[in-house]
Amino acid sequence: MEKQLKVSAIKNGTVLDHIPADQLFKVIDILGLNNSENQMTFGTNLESKLLGKKAIIKVSEMFFEPSEINKIALIAPDAKINIIHDFEVVEKRVLTIPNEINGIVKCMNPMCITNHQAVETKFTTISDKPDFQLLCRYCEKTTDRKNLKIISNL
Amino acid sequence: MPKSLISIHDFSRDEILHILDLAEKFEKNPFQPVLKGKIVACIFFEPSTRTRLSFETAANRLGTRIIGFSDAGNTSVSKGETLKDTIKMVSNYADLIVMRHPLEGSARYASEVSSVPVINAGDGANQHPSQTLLDLYSIRKTQGRLDNLNINMVGDLKYGRTVHSLLQAMSHFNPNFVFTSPEELKMPQEYKSYLNKLSIPYKETKELKDCIKESDILYMTRVQQERFTDAIEYERVKNCYSLNAAMLEGCKENMRILHPLPRVNEIATDVDESRHAYYFEQAGNGVFTRMAIIAYLLGQ
Repeated sequence: MEKQLKVSAIKNGTVLDHIPADQLFKVIDILGLNNSENQMTFGTNLESKLLGKKAIIKVSEMFFEPSEINKIALIAPDAKINIIHDFEVVEKRVLTIPNEINGIVKCMNPMCITNHQAVETKFTTISDKPDFQLLCRYCEKTTDRKNLKIISNL
Repeated sequence: MPKSLISIHDFSRDEILHILDLAEKFEKNPFQPVLKGKIVACIFFEPSTRTRLSFETAANRLGTRIIGFSDAGNTSVSKGETLKDTIKMVSNYADLIVMRHPLEGSARYASEVSSVPVINAGDGANQHPSQTLLDLYSIRKTQGRLDNLNINMVGDLKYGRTVHSLLQAMSHFNPNFVFTSPEELKMPQEYKSYLNKLSIPYKETKELKDCIKESDILYMTRVQQERFTDAIEYERVKNCYSLNAAMLEGCKENMRILHPLPRVNEIATDVDESRHAYYFEQAGNGVFTRMAIIAYLLGQ
């Protein structure tokens, strides 16, 4: 019997697979999908050998710049990005954590100016996944993976 | 964006040496009104004695006029004005801003919104680069050089911002470090990793007596009671890190004791009379160093 897809296929667009199930809404938030008018389907708590439970996002007619899509590497480092044309996968992308991260992550230092005034956070990545650290441009303290908090746009 | 001094790593080795050379010239002739007609704004959002007075003295000696405040309570900040708006406004009035602010990173942010150079005179527990430059000036003046010195840092090496900045600045000059501190206040791993990467040697000890003899510079800092969770532990430790005149026996002739001040128990008053004591002169060097920083940032 032919294997049935839990989330239906798209003709053209981007598929984001292998997202940890508990990070789905953060990924939607980071990519600003809540403000998009494109057709999209989400599946979550799907079985995954790699993650236990995974989520998947399929967005029609939307293609992301690497600098944009790489932002989700902070919370979904193993996500697979497939570019679809005419129902076929034409490109697979692997995520890498960007060298600079602006306005997504909260600085973990409670005395940092970014936690008190309307200042956009800016970080430099100082080591690579899975154990990266983010160096705050302002207070010069590092925020690690364990203390990572995403600033919500929702 | 004009050149500002926010962190010690904003300045290269050459720039640091240039500032020290300038400071030396100002020390030889401290009354040089080369910046007559300029206006320096000293805006202090939290109290300070030494730093504010020494910046104001430096600006006066350079012939500038000074505007500013030493208590944010009497300003629009108390009405809820943001730092951005205060800086935008002040940078329209003055040619250079000297700022102290309790929030970490505030100085970097101020330099991004200001149209004139900003000098960080302390942003919370983060950076205080003019202190570091005056420490370097004092070290060079007393030792005749900055290269290949044995620097022994004593006391609160975990939270003390002066030791962290001095460590970074001295790393240009091939130093040999000793870190003397109680277990609770050891030098953080990130700074030791930084030294490892640069192959700069260091050793750690809990005993102040251990490494005084080989030191060229004994950099004392205050062990603060509020850093300890256990009051008994503080009582035990505070006396271990108290330097007295008898402990200086057998030390190198050129050895000098520095301290960013204020001191409490960590240096006994009998040390003040010793030829090795240098902490009051060190504070005096702050004026020449700050003259040099202001003059450099204003293109002199």
